[in-house]
Amino acid sequence: MSQIKKSQTKAAIISYAVGFALSIALTLIAFMLVQQHVGSGHTQISHQMATIGIVSFAVVQLIVQLVFFLHLGQENRPRWNLVVFLFMLIVLVIVVFGSLWIMQNLNYNMMTPVESKAYMHDHQGF
Amino acid sequence: MSNLFASTTSSEMTSSKSYVGFWLYLMTDCILFASLFATFAVLRGNTNGGPVGAELFDLNFVLIETILLLASSFTCGLAIIAAHANRRKFVLIGLAVTFALGAGFLGMELYEFAQLASEGHGWQGSAFLSAFFTLVGTHGLHIATGLLWMLVLAVQVIRVGLGGSTVKRLTLFSLFWHFLDVIWILIFTIVYLLGAL
Repeated sequence: MSQIKKSQTKAAIISYAVGFALSIALTLIAFMLVQQHVGSGHTQISHQMATIGIVSFAVVQLIVQLVFFLHLGQENRPRWNLVVFLFMLIVLVIVVFGSLWIMQNLNYNMMTPVESKAYMHDHQGF
Repeated sequence: MSNLFASTTSSEMTSSKSYVGFWLYLMTDCILFASLFATFAVLRGNTNGGPVGAELFDLNFVLIETILLLASSFTCGLAIIAAHANRRKFVLIGLAVTFALGAGFLGMELYEFAQLASEGHGWQGSAFLSAFFTLVGTHGLHIATGLLWMLVLAVQVIRVGLGGSTVKRLTLFSLFWHFLDVIWILIFTIVYLLGAL
């Protein structure tokens, strides 16, 4: 094996090890956040803060895995992989948030008067 | 084509036609999972009077599952690096470890499913459970397919070595396996962690 190839192999191993270590750390942090929140009887960290924390750790981990494991953004131009990925993200956001939006709207419009009164009370007038 | 995969930098490899083509497939698979995630998000509250996620799932159990899959993703990456460095023995060891970790993950998932079903919380229990079993089950099906693919590749490495298009196939397989890891992180976060809050 040539010297260049050896150093390439070494760099690749280090890159994977860094990605792996970061992923494990982020998973454990998110897990401990939930343990802390639930273990303290939902008092120690506010529900909203815990949700934001968990989601942001997941997003960071997704980026870590996409870069270190799936080599996204490391290709030659034109970057078709990246373009397709971004298009997929747009479709994903429309599918997921569109569904939630529509279903919530439907839910609201199909309530009985009693239910909608309770809903208005809970949600400070939707 | 095979030489391109075997000997060059990652930028040249990731720009090759079969890599981009396989990447396209993975992105469409992402859309499939997006619709299942959307279904789950819409139906997660509809428990038909039954228990919610926080009462059903054992987070410690799922954490071990997650770490198994993460580790298998790492060892899979190492096997591919060994393939690019033309080290056949290390490729086979890497694949064997990846297979064992993946099989462990799948076994734990099936155990969880069986446990839920035996407690009377099968997929017919509520809309929430249907969405849960469909989402997690589809991921499990992908894992099972990946395990089968890994076996085929191992046989190929043993029989024909790392010549021909074996390295290319190994690389595409690793892409698939890492992708499943990414999907699992989403499931772990959205179904289990947020469900436990």
